[in-house]
Amino acid sequence: MHPDELNAIQAAQAAEPGAGPDAAADGRAVLGLRNRRYEGHAKSTGRELYTDDLALPGMLHGKILRSPHPHARILSIDTSAAEAMTGVHGVLTGDDMPTPFGIIPWTRDEHALATDRVRYVGDAVAAVAAVDEETANRALAAIRVEYEPLPALLDPREALESSAVQIHEPKKEGRNGNVTKHVLLEFGPVDAEMDAADIVVEGEYHFHGTTHAPIEPHCAIARAGADGSLTVWSSTQVPHYLQREIARVLQLDVAKIRVVQPAVGGAFGGKSEPFDLEFCVAALAIRTGRPVKILYTREELFYSHRGRHPIDMWFRVGASKDGTIRAVDARSLLDGGAYASFGLVTTYYSGQLLTAPYALGSYRFESTRVYTNKPACGPKRGHGSVQPRFAFEVSLDKLAGELGIDPIELRRRNFMGTGRTVNEFRVSSNGFLECLEAVEKASGWKEKHAKLPFGRGIGVAGSCYISGTNYPIYPNRMPQAAAQVQVERSGRVTVFHGASEIGQGSDSTMAAIAAEELGVPLGYVRVVSADTDLVPVDLGAYSSRETLMVGNATRAACVKLAGLVRAAVASEWRIPEAGVRLAAGWASERGNGRRIPIAEAFQLAEAAHGTLGSVGHYDTPKDVHGEYRGGTIGASPAYSFTAHVAEVVVDPDTGIVDVKKIWVAHDCGKALNPMLVEGQMEGSAYMGFGEALMEHHLVKRGGPESGLHDAPSLLDYRIPTSLDCPEFVSLIVESNDPEGPYGAKEAGEGPLHPSLPAIANAIYDAVGVRLDRLPFTPDRVWNALRTSRPSSP
Amino acid sequence: MKRIVSLEVNGERHEVAVPVHYTLLETLRYGLGLTGSKQGCDKGDCGACTVLLDGGAVLSCILPVWEAEGRIIRTVEGLAEPAGLHPVQDAFDRTGAAQCGFCTPGMLCSSIDLLASNDNPSRDEIAEALSGNLCRCTGYTKIIEAVELAAGVIRERRTGDASG
Repeated sequence: MHPDELNAIQAAQAAEPGAGPDAAADGRAVLGLRNRRYEGHAKSTGRELYTDDLALPGMLHGKILRSPHPHARILSIDTSAAEAMTGVHGVLTGDDMPTPFGIIPWTRDEHALATDRVRYVGDAVAAVAAVDEETANRALAAIRVEYEPLPALLDPREALESSAVQIHEPKKEGRNGNVTKHVLLEFGPVDAEMDAADIVVEGEYHFHGTTHAPIEPHCAIARAGADGSLTVWSSTQVPHYLQREIARVLQLDVAKIRVVQPAVGGAFGGKSEPFDLEFCVAALAIRTGRPVKILYTREELFYSHRGRHPIDMWFRVGASKDGTIRAVDARSLLDGGAYASFGLVTTYYSGQLLTAPYALGSYRFESTRVYTNKPACGPKRGHGSVQPRFAFEVSLDKLAGELGIDPIELRRRNFMGTGRTVNEFRVSSNGFLECLEAVEKASGWKEKHAKLPFGRGIGVAGSCYISGTNYPIYPNRMPQAAAQVQVERSGRVTVFHGASEIGQGSDSTMAAIAAEELGVPLGYVRVVSADTDLVPVDLGAYSSRETLMVGNATRAACVKLAGLVRAAVASEWRIPEAGVRLAAGWASERGNGRRIPIAEAFQLAEAAHGTLGSVGHYDTPKDVHGEYRGGTIGASPAYSFTAHVAEVVVDPDTGIVDVKKIWVAHDCGKALNPMLVEGQMEGSAYMGFGEALMEHHLVKRGGPESGLHDAPSLLDYRIPTSLDCPEFVSLIVESNDPEGPYGAKEAGEGPLHPSLPAIANAIYDAVGVRLDRLPFTPDRVWNALRTSRPSSP
Repeated sequence: MKRIVSLEVNGERHEVAVPVHYTLLETLRYGLGLTGSKQGCDKGDCGACTVLLDGGAVLSCILPVWEAEGRIIRTVEGLAEPAGLHPVQDAFDRTGAAQCGFCTPGMLCSSIDLLASNDNPSRDEIAEALSGNLCRCTGYTKIIEAVELAAGVIRERRTGDASG
């Protein structure tokens, strides 16, 4: 690049407050600043392309026929009338794809299209490809399916107790086929500690079930090449896993399959496994020889679901008089819906992720996930741990109340610090105390808690979350993340990485790391991501793994190249390599005015070392968990910590809860871009707020509509609007984790958890009633008030 | 059955044959290739399809296309000004108001509709104006910040114009 051009870029950057070179306190030129998003301009001009924005020549439109029964045997399917229709090019049924699939290799219990049985209203039965959507819909109507309805299990307790109705075949004879997974783990002498405790708080809690509701519906397009190749574009957050599962189910060579992830319009865990539409477009494209697109309707999204599990929870917490926790005993029954999805992991997570930021003394949990004839549950932001965190943080509030200890003080006293948790996870940094202090101060806690007038209250809660899971979903010893970086003589840097940009900012993060290490302005970094033909394997955007894992891999690749560039410049200037600094478009000599544009430095390096490219990878530390069965599930290289304080106003006459403000303090290790971190904190707290007060993914039980979703639209399933939301105040805490790139940990999921219990605890502070069942609807609050104060209206 | 509709979109006239039942959104996306406006629900619930019709924000997914004939349509692709981005577009980018970006085109149109009649809106007025546009990523925090920021830029410009 020409020096003048660079000067202009630098001048433009300097004109933006807080975004000029060298503005960061630690001397970094890019990281730590509120830089604009990599794809921000495309998004604010409507140029960003999402899957449904793509159209290919000759493209057909697919549609999926779905079961109207919650549980039924398929006796016959007659597709002849549909196949004979003008404009219909292909029809598929379960027999065309008999290989089962499932994101977890041990629980492959789904079929792309049902083979002999449907297990929920909405289960996919047949698919068509036609010249347009209208013809495809008419073709669906022409397919005749004969069902034999079976008794449906819609309640998890029924499923647990039923032996007559089995939703899936038992894996072993004599077992209940309705149980996906049962886990019982005990750490320390729980019974003895509970007996020895001065005080025991016991309660039953219920989480009701919620869904992701991204604004972009799932969409997929496939094109079969004449050479036997297959390309699938999908709104997925796991391109690599999708590529593997398509290969398995369609019995194709995985090397011939390319999965491309265009821009994704929100996912939140709801796009982190393969779905029927991806298999169907692939098989239809192969069958018809033409590209095929399927776009879910909003109603299909609600039935595809994979949202947060409803859980019935029982918690007992024993403590000493001074508030020290001695024992935690928990039992959970997870309502899984029709298929396993990530359920094996969810079952472990429902217990394993509770063991920080507090020292639990001793801990036992027993979790059981059962199948029911409802849309399958799966991973939603804060996978498996939002529900028990609610129960536990409310338990702590009860404990504080009974002991007469301030709830924030009680949490401080039980702070675990760093080191091993009771279930042997390694915590390498822990900024939870700073989080507590930040929300205590910002919210004016000391002046407000237990001091506000009746009807107004304030509540606190904490949480922790993983920065990526320590092991991949399918066992292997290869790296967890990788990146490839190319330095070009024009001064441009290209990062090829596998992370899935789903709105969280992974492309921006990788671009910023490259710009920082290689000394180019952000505008000179190009990112190519989430395309299995072009980038190294990455496992995808789940478990908040991208910043830590792909960030470390990108950094490793960049550091190698930066070394080569510095060496070449040092040799040219005859100074030690350490004397060369690459930053903000220049290679400069430290402590000296000498400098050259970065493009010239790259040219010196290319002349000295040849073509400039490198790869970097990241693998997780293997000594961060216990050796017991299940000990790896929930293990992470680093844990984030969060504290919320919520302030509410409760109207005792109507039971309406108005959340005024939520202060969110989050230990993200190091904020590589505070604007993006705040965005994750606000979005997480918002989502938890919606789950606490408004959202309910409910399936009707009994009557002619049994098995139907109660509210499968964005009008009836109430996600918060701009008028519903409280004010969110983000307070970033940085603990600089040794495992994270530049100290960074996750920010995308942890800050969701405390919203629910902080609001529950604030309601108690406001009106003196405990709400142990979610959501806190006006009727529930009003009834609780009436029970507690029989004299009031 | 198709019919030919005549539309003025972003300052350009188009004649396009579309199925008679098409909505404005379908015509924009599938007839004219203007994919910036998004379909999130197809029922008028989410607001991702919001466009400006004679300057007012409307839900294009529930507007029969013939109702837009003879009116002036602006979509996200036509919001930028000759000198560059519209202040709201720039403010969205600057504050991080777009995360996944799927609601952004609709949010921008609703914001511009508001700012056309009120260049100094309160936070409550902004929340009210955007209440028909669902966002699942941001908690609306940075979106409201962006609209405030843009309003300031617009006011400054007006003051500048008046004094200059």
